[in-house]
Amino acid sequence: MSKKRKLGSRIKFICLLVFAAIVLYPLIWMISSSFKEESTIFSDLGIIPGAFTLENYRIGWQSNGRVTFTTYFLNSLLVSVLSVVGNLISCSLTAFAFARLKFKGKNLFFALMMMTLMLPQHAIIVPQYVYFYKLGWLDSFIPLVLPKFLATDAFFIYLLVQFIRGIPRELDEAAIVDGCSKYSVFFRIILPLCQPALVTTTIFTFMWSWNDFFTQVIYLRTTQNYTVTLGLRMFVDPTAKSAYGAMFAMSTLSIVPILILFVFFQKQLIEGIVAGGVKG
Amino acid sequence: MRKILDRYAGYVFLLPWLIGFLALTLVPMGMSFYYSFTNYNLLSAPKWIGVSNYVKMFTSDYHFMNALKVTFLYVFASVPLQLLVSLVLAFVLNKGVKGLSLFRAAYYVPSLLGGSVAISILWRQIFGMEGILNQALGLIGIESHVSWVANPDTAVWTLVLLRMWQFGSPMIIFLAAIKQVPAELMEAAAIDGATKFQQTRKIMLPMISPIILFNLVMQIISAFKVFTESYIISGGNGGVLDSLLFFTLHIYNEGFSKMRMGYASALAWVLVLIIAVLTVIVFFLSKRHVHYD
Repeated sequence: MSKKRKLGSRIKFICLLVFAAIVLYPLIWMISSSFKEESTIFSDLGIIPGAFTLENYRIGWQSNGRVTFTTYFLNSLLVSVLSVVGNLISCSLTAFAFARLKFKGKNLFFALMMMTLMLPQHAIIVPQYVYFYKLGWLDSFIPLVLPKFLATDAFFIYLLVQFIRGIPRELDEAAIVDGCSKYSVFFRIILPLCQPALVTTTIFTFMWSWNDFFTQVIYLRTTQNYTVTLGLRMFVDPTAKSAYGAMFAMSTLSIVPILILFVFFQKQLIEGIVAGGVKG
Repeated sequence: MRKILDRYAGYVFLLPWLIGFLALTLVPMGMSFYYSFTNYNLLSAPKWIGVSNYVKMFTSDYHFMNALKVTFLYVFASVPLQLLVSLVLAFVLNKGVKGLSLFRAAYYVPSLLGGSVAISILWRQIFGMEGILNQALGLIGIESHVSWVANPDTAVWTLVLLRMWQFGSPMIIFLAAIKQVPAELMEAAAIDGATKFQQTRKIMLPMISPIILFNLVMQIISAFKVFTESYIISGGNGGVLDSLLFFTLHIYNEGFSKMRMGYASALAWVLVLIIAVLTVIVFFLSKRHVHYD
């Protein structure tokens, strides 16, 4: 029995390993192809480049020649970092109000907030575009970043509310007895204790902004303001001649920040998915 | 002063959200509803045309019908398959495997990157005319010189596969749910002579049914919102014979390429309605099968 079981578990282990290899093969092939010579990419299914070259990276980085990926990466970084800052500030303030403070209309507001969780962005994108057009903010980062400072990502509010509810109330009450205002309770007690949830918020916000395509393709026009996703899109323009080597090289670079975050914050990421059932 | 500030602390903390909710959600929703009854190109004022936009969808916009067909096919093929794969793997991984956390991480990577432009570009190559799929088929003697993404019969299925590939995130949620089922329940059933299969079907599945429902609803909603893959893989035009024209891409093309803001708003409301109705139907149908507590 135990021998049979041992064999069974070994077979299962090998099956899972083979399955993992199949699942990850396309990704690994892309990364390896970015180091292959352009002419060999199509015929070579292997994952070890025959002749290792960095030429694809040199060509790809040039983009259209006038604006390079240096600009795109800096723009993406700026948009993502500002989004993170916005979400951290606005979502933690909102979550504290919902989780700890008493005020009129709280239940109604909370219900409305939860409803926005389900609302597709498409329902409001046209009027938002009209707003930003009238304010003269098209082709700038404001439409991408400003909503984050106004707590429009309900998911993180929900995540933080759940987290704050888990912090013992006695802590705030003791502080208030000692003469703390609600503001110092937030800054001195709740915020420091929220750190794990704030880390989750940071990682997800960064990754989502980094990968965002829909909002960026709508609002950004000139290549000077392009982000990495828009820089990549230029490769698939029907007018551009397709250079797969360069395309794979830049695609690979574009996912590096995400993979780094994943390696370092795997635990928080997985806890975040479980906590909210996020689509990663 | 301090007293007043403390008394109204709730509203002070809520202020950013309140402004955001009013200015960026509630008012835009109203405006978008109004625009959907107008002709509006951004340059001149919106012109009221009644329900013409809604009539137009069903009578003279053949792209609309195509987009509807493609999107429904995509959602109803990909979501059940994706959830099936993730559920099966969650069961397999739950039974104790060496290197569990490594497998979990490896299987999650596609979910992490799936919606990115980079992966869409990769998919375009894999299923392209000279892509690695055709190369691989050539190796085993099947000559194929057709691009899978340009062939209207297969195009949407490459995207279904792309979604199935992202089975990792529902799998992680299933794994967490399975871990919460008390081991005593399964043991008791085993003592009563239930087979492994019976234990899973009669105890495990009902116990995690709320999570299955949750994943189903979340994945349906997220599948309806897919945009990047449709845009990048079709090159922005919806592909041959609209075979990759997802509903969101149609909204984008009408609103932001052709500047038909009124019509795009009407389309967006139809999408919201479809998602809302489907969510209600799923909840209703699941009433008998989902066990809370």
